[in-house]
Amino acid sequence: MKILVCIKRVVDYNVRIRVKPDGGGVVTDGVKMSMNPFDEIAVEEALRIKEAGNADEIIVVSIGAKQVQEQLRTALAMGADRGIHVETTENIQPLTASRMLLNIAQSEGVDLVLLGKQAIDDDNNQTGQMLAALWDRPQATFASGLSFDGGKATTIREVDAGLEVLEVDLPAVVTVDLRLNEPRYVKLPDMMKAKKKTIDVKTLADLGVEAAPGVSSLGVRPPEGRQAGKKVETVEELVKELQARGLVND
Amino acid sequence: MTKVLIIAEHDGEKLNSSTAKTLTCALAIDSASVEIAVLGGLQCDAVCDQVAALDGVSRVLKLAREENSVPVAAVYAPQIVELAAGYTHLIAPSTTFGKDLMPRVAALLGVPSVTDVMKVIAPDTFERPIYAGNAIDTVQLAEGISVMVGTARPASFKAAGSGSAAAPIEAVETSAALPTHSRYIELRQQASDRPDLQSAPKVVSGGRGVGSGDNFDVIYALADKLGAAAGASRAAVDAGFVANDMQVGQTGKVIAPDLYIACGISGAIQHLAGIKDAGTIVAINSDADAPIFEVADLGIVGDLFTLVPELEKALP
Ligand SMILES: Cc1cc2nc3c(=O)[nH]c(=O)nc-3n(C[C@H](O)[C@H](O)[C@H](O)COP(=O)(O)OP(=O)(O)OC[C@H]3O[C@@H](n4cnc5c(N)ncnc54)[C@H](O)[C@@H]3O)c2cc1C
Ligand SMILES: Nc1ncnc2c1ncn2[C@@H]1O[C@H](COP(=O)(O)O)[C@@H](O)[C@H]1O
Repeated sequence: MKILVCIKRVVDYNVRIRVKPDGGGVVTDGVKMSMNPFDEIAVEEALRIKEAGNADEIIVVSIGAKQVQEQLRTALAMGADRGIHVETTENIQPLTASRMLLNIAQSEGVDLVLLGKQAIDDDNNQTGQMLAALWDRPQATFASGLSFDGGKATTIREVDAGLEVLEVDLPAVVTVDLRLNEPRYVKLPDMMKAKKKTIDVKTLADLGVEAAPGVSSLGVRPPEGRQAGKKVETVEELVKELQARGLVND
Repeated sequence: MTKVLIIAEHDGEKLNSSTAKTLTCALAIDSASVEIAVLGGLQCDAVCDQVAALDGVSRVLKLAREENSVPVAAVYAPQIVELAAGYTHLIAPSTTFGKDLMPRVAALLGVPSVTDVMKVIAPDTFERPIYAGNAIDTVQLAEGISVMVGTARPASFKAAGSGSAAAPIEAVETSAALPTHSRYIELRQQASDRPDLQSAPKVVSGGRGVGSGDNFDVIYALADKLGAAAGASRAAVDAGFVANDMQVGQTGKVIAPDLYIACGISGAIQHLAGIKDAGTIVAINSDADAPIFEVADLGIVGDLFTLVPELEKALP
């Protein structure tokens, strides 16, 4: 089996987000950037599938500016075999990204595409579903369990009502949730070894896709903040406050 | 002219509360022309009746067929695409159901999807949270996009009322070829008598500070006294104290109860993303510097194993 894992470079999840004063997005200058945490889990899962003898090759792909190669290198250091960098400085939205990923999935002839369930910058939660639609293949979103049997995969999906078991035929698209696994740490020697692995650079034109944004941002603002309220000393006081607000019976 | 179609979420018997909230979003786009599609199994009449009773619905489309008895996005999407002609907006609740489904629908139609609409500015312009709700983006559909596909964030809209009149229910058929490559096996659910976390007016949650699954009994006892739902932080779910469907936050449930009591939860931004719209937030934490106190309306510093049972007893 051949696996494609999709990786997005995003503002690190620990960074306190600040909106630019002019409303033109959030501050990213000098801010720590990382692999989207869900994508790290997707890479880890691909490695485990390969280690279990169910895959021969893991390709990692990222769409974005030059710097996304840092995240591709991290994935290669974790153990992925080779990388594809789709180089662009344009704003790439999920529909466009999924068209590019479709092209790559088909030309590489992959059996499984793993993506994060959402990128934690735009929180779109769309790319995997869109890729599956364009590819006319199954999708198993929000996966917290994944196993293989012949040409089938059994997935456990974290849905609002509990855990859903969905069986899909391969090739399939799986988007991963946080509880699927815990990604390994990258060791320094692995980082050195990863330097020797190849990253193919492609352009949008190579993939026959144009970056036509479907939505545009008219401005970004900070959310209405919540104010810190008051601290009470005793449970009795707490109950009085709740009663005063009509939240519990007198 | 706008015309909105909502895809109802239900479990075969009961309409999910998020659908009535999605209706409020839809009515902000067009107050006169909102229809709701119910995709369900052959016995989905009860759901259709609940949908028809919602205030402001012009028509209910019933797509009853055996394959629709379970919500598989790959099976639902081509049918919705076939229904889509004539509508300017296709919206589902921003739940795992809607988030799974609508991007698939959008891609089949060749249009973008707008996730988590929290406010309608104009029929083509919406506010949505990004960066776990730490920024709000106003997005406008590009010119030439024939249909807006998206999901409505339930915590941002009040549920539409019901009962004033019954909208007509029309059975419709589609000829879309349905794939067999995706097979629903089962839903594993924790049995619980407590109210539903997503719609409960009161929620009591526990975090890593609760320490174990057994210790969660103190959380449940308080929840039961209040008639509240029980929730948890990701750390509590990851540690195996409770099931995943109790997780509140960016990657769990986004909720807006009148009262939220966080016990032994530090208040990481990803957790706060799930409770920003709560009415009153109460924090019980032994660390006076825990970030949860920066957003809590009422806070009390101390050991949850003393304070939570004390609170439970003090409540009338
Ligand atoms: C991409 C991503 C998505 C995430 N999504 C979510 C999400 O949806 N929901 C979510 O919750 N988290 C999410 N997280 C995790 C989040 O960052 C935090 O790790 C998590 O919320 C911490 O949970 P906690 O507050 O229970 O644990 P901790 O941060 O460990 O806090 C435990 C708290 O309990 C207190 N405590 C300990 N003992 C006691 C006692 N006896 N009495 C009173 N207080 C006590 C401590 O003072 C501390 O404040 C996500 C993380 C990432 C990277
Ligand atoms: N620019 C990108 N490059 C590579 N993968 C991406 C990109 N954007 C999104 N993805 C993948 O799609 C997933 C979901 O992203 P989104 O739909 O934007 O929330 C991410 O977790 C990635 O796996």
